[in-house]
Parts: sequence; structure tokens; C-alpha cells
Amino acid sequence: MNNLAKKFHQDAAHMAENVALRNVIATGLGKYAEGRDKKIADFQDWQKARETASQIKRESLNNLPQNIQQLTEKLTSRGTHIHFAATGSDVCRIVLNILRQKKAKLMIKSKSMTSEEVHLNKALEKEGFKVVESDLGEFIVQLRQEPPYHIVFPAMHLTRYQISDLFHDKLNSQPTENPETLTMIARQNLRSQYIQADVGFTGANFAVADTGMISVTENEGNSRLCGSLPKTMITLIGIEKVIPRLEDLPLFLPMLATVGAAQNLTAYNTLYSGPKRPEEPDGPEEYHVILLDNGRSRLQKDPVYREVLKCMRCGSCLNVCPIYKSVGGHTYNATYSGPIGSVLMPKLFGMAAYKHLSFACSLCCACRDACPVKIDLSHLLLKNRETLSSQFAPKYEKLAFKGMSALFNHPLFWSLGKKLAWIGQKLHPLIEGSAIDPAQCWTATRKAPKLVWHSFKDLWKKYKS
Amino acid sequence: MRITLFAPCFIDALYPGIAMKAVKIFENLGHQVNVPEELACCGQPAFNTGHWDEARAVASKVIESLWDAEAVVLPSGSCTAMIRKFYPELFAESPLSEKACRLAEHTWEFSDFLVSHLKVTDLGAVFNATVTFHDGCHGLRELGIYQQPRELMSHVKGLTLVEMEAIQCCGFGGTFSAKFPEISTTMGDSKINMALETGAEYIVSNDSSCLMHIRGLADKQHRHIKTIHLIEILASNE
Ligand code: SF4
Ligand code: SF4
Repeated sequence: MNNLAKKFHQDAAHMAENVALRNVIATGLGKYAEGRDKKIADFQDWQKARETASQIKRESLNNLPQNIQQLTEKLTSRGTHIHFAATGSDVCRIVLNILRQKKAKLMIKSKSMTSEEVHLNKALEKEGFKVVESDLGEFIVQLRQEPPYHIVFPAMHLTRYQISDLFHDKLNSQPTENPETLTMIARQNLRSQYIQADVGFTGANFAVADTGMISVTENEGNSRLCGSLPKTMITLIGIEKVIPRLEDLPLFLPMLATVGAAQNLTAYNTLYSGPKRPEEPDGPEEYHVILLDNGRSRLQKDPVYREVLKCMRCGSCLNVCPIYKSVGGHTYNATYSGPIGSVLMPKLFGMAAYKHLSFACSLCCACRDACPVKIDLSHLLLKNRETLSSQFAPKYEKLAFKGMSALFNHPLFWSLGKKLAWIGQKLHPLIEGSAIDPAQCWTATRKAPKLVWHSFKDLWKKYKS
Repeated sequence: MRITLFAPCFIDALYPGIAMKAVKIFENLGHQVNVPEELACCGQPAFNTGHWDEARAVASKVIESLWDAEAVVLPSGSCTAMIRKFYPELFAESPLSEKACRLAEHTWEFSDFLVSHLKVTDLGAVFNATVTFHDGCHGLRELGIYQQPRELMSHVKGLTLVEMEAIQCCGFGGTFSAKFPEISTTMGDSKINMALETGAEYIVSNDSSCLMHIRGLADKQHRHIKTIHLIEILASNE
């Protein structure tokens, strides 16, 4: 077992004990399905919408190079600087260059999981730059110096009391139980930073190829400020986020709002097409778009795993996953947690390192049914398992399954096996649940089911004669 | 009609009574039942753990034995899903492909077979209790079985069904329960909590593997809830 897997088991075991935290998650996600379903009911035909969205994403990925070309040509024609980043460290280097060129000291950011993926903040801070997260949830986890707990709700694991204590500690604010007051404290703190920031940074939800636009959706308006107050703006986006046409957005935007946060439409939807034009009153003087690959084009070439690139990071699969609800976001120890993370992390960052995630799943398929773009997540996890078992499974496991196949395929072995197991079970209570119990992984928390002497096959034979 | 009842490994070894009751239900409806004595398992444990060659070794025998049967019925949603959904994939581009698809077409989960295929919903059963129903995930999401067991229960005299707050996995997941007992147990606990909140006396399911998991947890922790397979309720006339 590698260290990541060991830590996963340890943290999952801690979460099993941590009823209070699991309750916070349960409350946070408890009403999710109900709220989402109400918004789904506003669609004329939700299943058809999913199918269409999936098809558009597929089409878009099949023509990815052409779409990217169209996107970048349009953006460039309006004065946007395009950067291609093959890896995460390329992104950090590109951003650092821009900051240095602009003699910047402070960069203000809105929510971007892609920047988490490349560990941007750490790289910038190491070089002496100040980075401030402006999304409320991200602001909170940044103060706590921890990664986001959930790809859409970064601070969902915290109660308002914890947030109040945190603000009191770090921002010297008065303790309060009122969520609105807490929001105001954060806003006040951020206000001066927007003004001081030399560079604004945003993530993006879609990139529209035919018109050359970057689509950002958010609920707090902070992203708009990041894109309008500082003189220089940077957007980081994974290459898979390109959609072919502007006319696809009327499907994707409400869909994302519906499954992401049970809203008809997110509060702020902005399209960026380039830097400020002469006749425009506001906007950045310089606009940079960084397109990140980081393993995506490798996935794009794989006809099975290309499907994963349809993901629009809505978080829906996390919200319904019983594993996520049981172990929480940080236990995954991965930028992308939950079902999508379990599929994606090993594929992007190493099968060996993240292999445990493919097995940490009961194959309940709730994620697949929740995914708006119909990624068959549970089946991809199964596919991961197939690859992993042929490469990494311990010898005894392989042997055990070979033995089981032989047992199942020979009626005599099978009936003998059942009888022997029955005898074995008579002695089992002596060690049941203890450390020397070979079935301890089951019996430590569960009673073993009782084998019967007369199996169904026996009863059936008797019944027939 | 001639119904082939395939009782998968754990029903054969742990819950033979359930399969015998299924035999009786079909015979009472005037059908002829046969049991493939040479088969023990559908191959799902190996398949779900990623050992697809070993799964194929078991599954190919099932296909050869049952591909030309009239109807194959299993008292388990997850084993049915294995045959219906995954055999065709497992044997795609192999000489067994066609037979695998044929088999998938005439394989049914028990409650689905009664309601959707035989169009039987009232078996004249009596069961005096308040129960809650646990949907096995594969039956529910791979085969779309939700209404069928509820339809059957609605005709059982004396039975009151109270639904749980949410539909959620019980945490079994085959080898998952052994590889990640800490997570599996947490999920099972939350399932039992939800069931207890309904005030029901029994958790009913159409999947014995889920019931085995729930039973094991409840027994170890001395939590007072009974578990019973849907077939036992349908065969009851107390
Ligand atoms: S199939 Fe696995 S990953 Fe998907 S929701 Fe169920 S437990 Fe989570
Ligand atoms: S995999 Fe699907 S459900 Fe999960 S985050 Fe991506 S789009 Fe949303």
C-alpha cells in the first residue's frame, strides 16, 4: 500500500469517528437532491437536455484542435494574449512572468479549480507575490491554509461558528453567528484588495469557440470585480472546456446552475471577449488567457476516457456519492475529489499513486445518474480497476480469484467447499472479529452470515426427488 | 412457461429458503421451474474487483448453460445486472458475444419478472408488519427497478410500507466492503439510522447481499431492526 492509500484509510477511519463533521456535510448536502429536482422540473425534458449536452461536449472534444484554433484566433484578433501551458509548472511560469512584467505585488483571484490543480498560489507566494482569494468559500479556506473541501463549495465543512472564530483570529473581527455579517466582514476585507490588486485572475466555465469568448458564472460578483478593477486580467482554463457555439450556452448555463447549486441560473454570467476597447468605460487593459493541457490531450486521444473531459465541474457527482458523504472532501487528498476525482486523478497524475480511489467505491452508480453530461463515472472506475488489477493486484488476490473461478465452475468442488466452510464456521466464533480472524476486515464491524449445511442445491435435489 | 431459476452463490450457501420460496411462487402460478445445478456464481465478484479474465471463466459457463433458456430469473438485482448489462460488454468481440446478448435479453430480476413480464402483482400474500424498502443499487440504477417491488408489496395484506428519507447505497459493494470496511460500515450505519427513523419493524429488499451487510452490522451493534427478502414476504400467508 502506498503512502497516499495509507493516509486515505487513516483519514477515512477518522471520519468514521467524526460524527459532528459528517453531520455538517450531511446538512450541507441534505437538501441538495430535493432542490435540484425542483429546478430539473423546470426543464421540458431533462433527460433529453442531458443527452444533448453530452453530444455537444462529445462533438466538441472530437474536434478539439479545430475548436481551440477558432477560439484563440478570435480572442487574439481582439487583442487577447494567448498562452498554451503543457503542464502545471508552465502555468505558474507564465503567470509569474506576467506579474513580473507588470511589476505586480498583489493578484486577486476568483474561484478556479484549475489553479488548484497546478498549485498556483503556492508557486506565486514562494516568489514573494501576494495572492488573495475573493470567492467567499475560497477566502475562508485560504485563511485556514487548506485546500477547498468540495469543487463547488470550498468551505462546506465549516459551521458559521468556526468561520466566526477564524475571522476573529485572523481579521480581528467581532464574533458573530450571523452569516450575513460574516459575509460583510469578508467583503470589507476584500474591498481594499480589489483596488490595490495589480492583476485579476479568474477561472472559467466554458470557452466559446465560434465567437471566441470566455464564459464565467458565479454567485457573488467577485469574479466580475477581478475582471474589471485591476489593469491586467488573466484567465486560466483547461482545454477541454471549449464548446463549439455561443448558442450552446443557453443549454449549458442553466444546466450548470441547476445541478451545481439548485438554481435556475447563476447570479452573474459574464462573457469575456478581450481587453477593454477604447469606447468601453471599464475592463482590463490587458487580457491573458492560459489554456492548460496537463494530460488532457492524452485523455482526448483515448476513446474510452475522452468521456471524462466532458466534465464541467458542477460537483453533482460529489453531492450524491455516499463515499464522499462518508469520508469528506479532504480525505481524497486530491485536487478533484468525489467520483470525478477518483476517475480523473489516476488518469492525470499516475495510476499507481491514486489507484486506491478506484476501489473506494461501492459501484452504486448514483454519480453516473447525477452527471448532467452523462459521464459513466462508475463504469470508468470499473475500467480503472481492470487496468489496475492486471498491473498491481497482489499475487494472493489474483490467486484467490483464480481459485474462486475453479470452485464455482466445478459443482463437486463447490458443494464440498460449502460443507468445509460450514465446518470452518463452527470454529469461527473462537476468533471472530479478533486480529487473527482471517475475515477480520468483515467481522471487526459486522457479524458473519451463517452458512447452512443444506444449501439450496441440496434442498432442490431433495425437492425434485 | 419454463422458468430457469439461477440462485447465485451466496443465496445457495446462505439463504436457500429464499430460492425455495421463489420455486414455490412460480409453481403456484402454474409455471415449470428448473435449476441449473452445474452453475454456482455469475462472476460478479471477480468482475467488480477488476479480474475480468477470471470473471469470464465463470461467466462463459453461465452463458453456455443458459443462453437458450426460455427465461432466466435471479432473486438478486446485482447478479441480474451482471448478466444483463455486463456480459455483453465482457464478451464483446468474442465468439460468445451473440449468446451473451441472447442471454441478456431473457434474464430477469425476480420482482421485475413477475410485474413486467408475467404481469402478476397480487400473489395473495399476507404479512402483518410495517416495513421499509431498501433498493439494491444495481437493481435500481442498472435495471431501473423501483416500482416493481413496491407494486408487489402494495398487494400484500397487512403490510404497510414507509419510505426512508433518501435512496442510498447500504455500503456493501462486494469486495469494497472488505477493502474499505471503515467506509462501508459508515454507509451501513447511516442506512440503518434512516431505516430506524421510519419506525418500521423490517427492512425489506430484493437483494440478499445488501440484507446480509445490513444484518451483519445490526447484529454486531445490537440494533433492533429485522431484515427480510421480498420473496419471503410474497410467500408469506401468516
Ligand atoms: S458509484 Fe462509487 S463513486 Fe459513484 S456515487 Fe456510487 S460510491 Fe460514489
Ligand atoms: S463528472 Fe459530471 S457530475 Fe461530476 S462534476 Fe463533472 S459534470 Fe458534474
